[in-house]
Amino acid sequence: MSTGSLQARAEGWLGNNDVRLLITLALAIGGLYALFSVVLGFQLNGTVNTLRRVAFLSAIYAMLALALNLQWGYAGLFNLGAAGFMAIGVYTMGILTAPVTASPPGFGLPLPVAIVGAILVTGIIGGLAALPAIRLRADYLAIVTVAFSEIVRLTLRAPEFANTRIAGVAFGTGGATGLSLPSNPIRILFYTDPATTAPAPNALGAAIFSAVEPLGIEETLVIGWAYVIVLCLCLGLLYWLMIRIGKSPFGRVLKSIREDQQVTQALGKDTRLFKIKTFALGCALMGLIAIFWRLSGGYASPRMFKPIQTFYIFIALFIGGTGSPTGSIVGGALFASLLFEGPSFIRRVVAEYLQLSNAPDTLVSALAELGTLDVTPLLAYSVQDVSISALRLMLLGIVLVYLMQRHPDGLLGHRKAIASSVALSQQATREDDNE
Amino acid sequence: MSKNGHSARSDQTRNGQQEQILKVENLRKTFGGITAVADVSFHVEKGSITGLIGPNGAGKSTTFDLITGVQRPDGGAVEFNDTEITGYRSDQVANQGLVRTFQIARELSEMTVLENLMLAPQNQAGEAVWRAVLPRARAQVVEQEKELREQAWEMLELFEIEHVAHESAGNLSGGQRKLLEMARVLMTDPEMVLLDEPLAGVNPTLEEKLIDRLHTLKEQGYTFLFVEHDMDVIMNNCDTVIVMHQGSVLTEGQPDAVKNNEKVLDAYLGEEVKI
Amino acid sequence: MAARDYYSRGQNLVYNRPVLVIFAVIGVFLVFDILRQVGTGTVAITDLMSYLWNGLVLGMSLGLAGVGLSMTYSILNFANFAHGDLITSGAFAGWATAFLIAGLGEFSVESLILIGGPIAVGSNELGINVVNTPLALLAGLLVAAVLTAALSLLLDRIVFRPMRSADGVTLMIASVGVALFLRNFLTYSFLTDSRGLTGGNVPQFTVAGVTFGGHQITLVVVAALLMLGTHILLQYTKIGTAMRAMAANKDLAKVTGIPTERVVKLTWIIGGGLTGCAGFLIALQQGTLTVTMGWDLLLLVFAAVILGGVGSIYGAMVGGVILGLASRLALVWIPASFLLVAAFVIMIVMLLVRPSGLFSGRTTA
Repeated sequence: MSTGSLQARAEGWLGNNDVRLLITLALAIGGLYALFSVVLGFQLNGTVNTLRRVAFLSAIYAMLALALNLQWGYAGLFNLGAAGFMAIGVYTMGILTAPVTASPPGFGLPLPVAIVGAILVTGIIGGLAALPAIRLRADYLAIVTVAFSEIVRLTLRAPEFANTRIAGVAFGTGGATGLSLPSNPIRILFYTDPATTAPAPNALGAAIFSAVEPLGIEETLVIGWAYVIVLCLCLGLLYWLMIRIGKSPFGRVLKSIREDQQVTQALGKDTRLFKIKTFALGCALMGLIAIFWRLSGGYASPRMFKPIQTFYIFIALFIGGTGSPTGSIVGGALFASLLFEGPSFIRRVVAEYLQLSNAPDTLVSALAELGTLDVTPLLAYSVQDVSISALRLMLLGIVLVYLMQRHPDGLLGHRKAIASSVALSQQATREDDNE
Repeated sequence: MSKNGHSARSDQTRNGQQEQILKVENLRKTFGGITAVADVSFHVEKGSITGLIGPNGAGKSTTFDLITGVQRPDGGAVEFNDTEITGYRSDQVANQGLVRTFQIARELSEMTVLENLMLAPQNQAGEAVWRAVLPRARAQVVEQEKELREQAWEMLELFEIEHVAHESAGNLSGGQRKLLEMARVLMTDPEMVLLDEPLAGVNPTLEEKLIDRLHTLKEQGYTFLFVEHDMDVIMNNCDTVIVMHQGSVLTEGQPDAVKNNEKVLDAYLGEEVKI
Repeated sequence: MAARDYYSRGQNLVYNRPVLVIFAVIGVFLVFDILRQVGTGTVAITDLMSYLWNGLVLGMSLGLAGVGLSMTYSILNFANFAHGDLITSGAFAGWATAFLIAGLGEFSVESLILIGGPIAVGSNELGINVVNTPLALLAGLLVAAVLTAALSLLLDRIVFRPMRSADGVTLMIASVGVALFLRNFLTYSFLTDSRGLTGGNVPQFTVAGVTFGGHQITLVVVAALLMLGTHILLQYTKIGTAMRAMAANKDLAKVTGIPTERVVKLTWIIGGGLTGCAGFLIALQQGTLTVTMGWDLLLLVFAAVILGGVGSIYGAMVGGVILGLASRLALVWIPASFLLVAAFVIMIVMLLVRPSGLFSGRTTA
C-alpha cells in the first residue's frame, strides 16, 4: 500500500486536523531540541541522544495522559492516586520476575508473564479500590485516591516488607533503597546473549551498529532509540484504543455519566459498573505504562511514586484538554518536552553563552546586585540546578492556575467527538461508515 | 414504531378486567421530620393514560422518585408487571420496563440530540468495553449501532425534531428539550412511562402535538402515568385520575367522578381534608 | 423490667446506627487490649504515657493547622491543597524573624534572613530556644501569623477570587498549582537544605519516665490558647457569628445581608493567621525546618479535618487531637513505619462511612 493512500486513510479516519497537528508538533519539538543541541555544541551522538530523551519522556507522558483521560475526561473520575497504581504495576512486575536467588528474592517468573501478572494485579486492585470509592463526590474521591497512593508508597518503603516471608513465600520490595528491575528487554533484538555484561551483537545488531558507527553513534544509543520506537508504537496502539472506546456505546455511556449520572441511571445503565470498569482499566494501563517507563532504567524506588508524579500527569492532561485523545498526546508531549526538559536546556544554553561563572550563594546577594542594574548575578543564581528546577515548578504552578481560571477544560477543550461507532447522518446507504 | 408486539386489547385477563401493570401499596417516606409521602396506594391499568394530580406539596414527585428508585421508600411496596420492585435502584427499575422523565428537562447538553437518543436503548452489545474494541465483536456492535441509528431517526420524525438531530442538546429551545426528553425515554423501549409534568412551560401547539403522540403511543400498547397541573388536559385525556393530597391518595377514578368529588375540591381550595 | 428496656434500646441502636456500634465495639476492644498489654508488661506504662503525650503534641499541631483548612473548605467549598505550603510559608517567615532578632549584631543580616541555609549559621551558636530567647520566638510567632494571613489574602485575590463561581474540583486543582508555586518559591529563595533551628539547652522535664520537651509544652500551651481565642471570637463577636452563619448557608447569608466577601476575607485572615502559627510552632517543636514540611503534613491535616467534620472548627481541633493520639497509640500494635498508613486508613474509612465527620452538620460551631 503506498504511503499516499495510507496517509489518506489516516486522515480520513482521524480527521485532517488531528494528524497534521500531531505531525507538526513532533517536528516542532524535534526541531527545537536539535537546535538546542547544535547551540550547545553537541556531536551527532549527543544530539541524537537528546532527541531520544525528549521523545522517550514525551511518549511516556502522552500515554499516561491517555490513561488518565479515560478516567477523568471520559468518565469524570478524579483519580489523584495514579502514582500509587503505577507503583503497584512496576513493583508487582519486579517482584514476580526477580530471581529466587536475588536479594530481595522474587518469584523468578519470565518477564512477559510478570508483566501480564502486573497488569492483572493493578487492574484488580483498581477495581477493588473503586468499589467503595466510586460513589464519592469528586473532591472526596481525590483525597481518598491520593491517600491510597501514599499508603501504597509507604508500604513499599517500609523496611518490614523489604525482604520478607509471607505464607512461606520469600519476596521483598527492597524498602527505601528500591528494587532492581530486569535489564532492558529490547536488547534481545540486538544481542545474542543480552543477559551478560559484554554481550555479542547478533546479525541485526551487528548490521545496525556497524552502519551507524562512522557517524559516531554508540551502541547504547541504538538500543535507546529502538526502545523509543517501540514506545511510540505502543502509544499509537493506545491512541487507537482510546478513540475506539470513545466512539463506542461504552464511551457514550461514560460521556453521559460524566455529565449527569442520575439521568444515565434512570435510562437503565448500571453506572457503578461502568465507573468501576473504567477505573480498573485506567489503573491497569497506568501500571503497564509505568513498567515501560522504569524497565529502561533498571530499577524502581518509592521516591518515584510520590503524589507529585500524579500531579505532573494531570498538568499534562489539562494542557492538552480533557476531551480528545489527541489532546492528551499534545499535552503529554508539550509537558514533557517544554515544561520538563526545556528549562535544563535553557539553563545550559544561558550558562554557555552568557558565561556565567560565579553564582552568588544566596538569593539575597543576587538581588542586592540588582541595585547596580546588574542582572547577571541573579541570572547566574537562577540557573543553578536547584534554582532552575524550582523555577520550572513555579512555572508549572502558574500554568496550572492560569489553565483553571481560563481554560478549565484544557487548551484543546472538552470532548467534541461524537460517541458513536457509525456516522449519524440520515443516509444509511453511505459506503464508508467512519470505521 | 412497534411496541413489543403487544396491543392494548390483548391485556384482558380472565375476569375481563384490565391488567394492572403498576401496583403501589402503602408507600411511605419521611425526610428528617417531614413526611413527604404518608400512605400512598394506587394501581395503574395496562395500556391506559392515567393522570396524577394534587395540590403542590402533595407528594407526587416524591412518589415518582420512590417508584423509580431515585429514593428508597421507608415502607410499602411497588409491584410492576407482577414483579416486586420495591427498593430497586433506578437502573434496575428501568430494566424492568418502567421509565420516567424529569420535571426539569435533563438533556445531556454536551451530547447531540442523536447521541442522546442512541444512548437510551437498553442492552446494547457495545456497552461492554471489550466488544467495542476487538475486531470481530465490533462488527456486531457496528450492526447494532446502525439499527439504533434507524430507530433514532424514526423517533426524531415522530416528534418532528429531525432538523436538530446534530445540534448539541444544550442549544435546544425549551420545547425541543421536552420533546427530546420524551423521545429519549421512549428509545428505551419501555412498557410504562412516568411523565413528570411533561407539558410545563410548553406552548399550546406543541402541547397538542405531544398529547397527540401520547394517544398514538397508547394505541401501540404503552402505559402512561403523568403528573399535570392543567385540569383540562387531565380531564380530556386520561382514562383514570388519581388525586393525591398531603402525602396520601385522596381518591381515584374516572375523570368525571373525580371532577365532581367534594373532597378533591376542598383539597384544592386548601382546606384540611380527612382522607 | 429495666433490663428489657435496655435490651430493646440496644436492639434499636444496632438497627439504626450499625456503623456507630461497630466503631464503638472496635474502640472498646482496642482499649481493653491496651490495658491488657500494659497489664502483662508487653507495653511499658512509660511507653504508653509517651505515646499519649507525643500523640497530644502531634494532635495539637494538626488541630491548629486544621482550623484554617476546615474553614476555607466549608465557606469556599473546595479542598485547599495549598494549605500545607501555607504552613511552611508561615514557618519560614516566623523563623527568619526569630533568627534575625536573636542573632542581630552577631551575624550578617543575609545569613539570618535566610535562616542559615547556604551560609550556615550554627543553630547552637544562636542558641534559640524558649528559655533563652523568648522574645525572638514571640516575634517570630507574630510575624508568622501576620505574614501567612497576608499571603492568604493575596492568593485569594489573585487566584481564587476570579474563580468564585468555579466548581470545587477546578478550585482544588488551582490550589495544587498554588501549592507547587509556593513550595518552589521557598526552594528557590532558601535552597533546599534542611536547617537546624533551635539550640542551646532546650529545657525538658522527665516525669515518671516520660520526657516532656520544653518546645513540645510550648506548642501545646500556645496552640490551646489560640484555640481558646478562636472559640471566643466565634461565639462572642459579631464577626464570629457571621462566619458561623456563612458556613452554615452561604446563600441565606447573602440574603440576610451578611457581606460575604468580607466574611471570606476574614476567613482567610483568621485561618491564615492560625495556620502560620501552626507552622512556626511545628518547626519549633521539630527543631528543624524543611521546605516540604507543610506538604508532608497536608494529608494528615486533611485527615484531621475530615475526622472532625468539614466546616466544624471545633471538629478540626478535636479531630486533630484524636488523630494525633490514635496515630501514636497505634504504636502498641503496628511498627512505626506504618503510622501514617494507619492515619490514612482512618481517614479513608471516615470518608466512605461517615463523610460528615464526627461532628456532623457543616457548621463552624
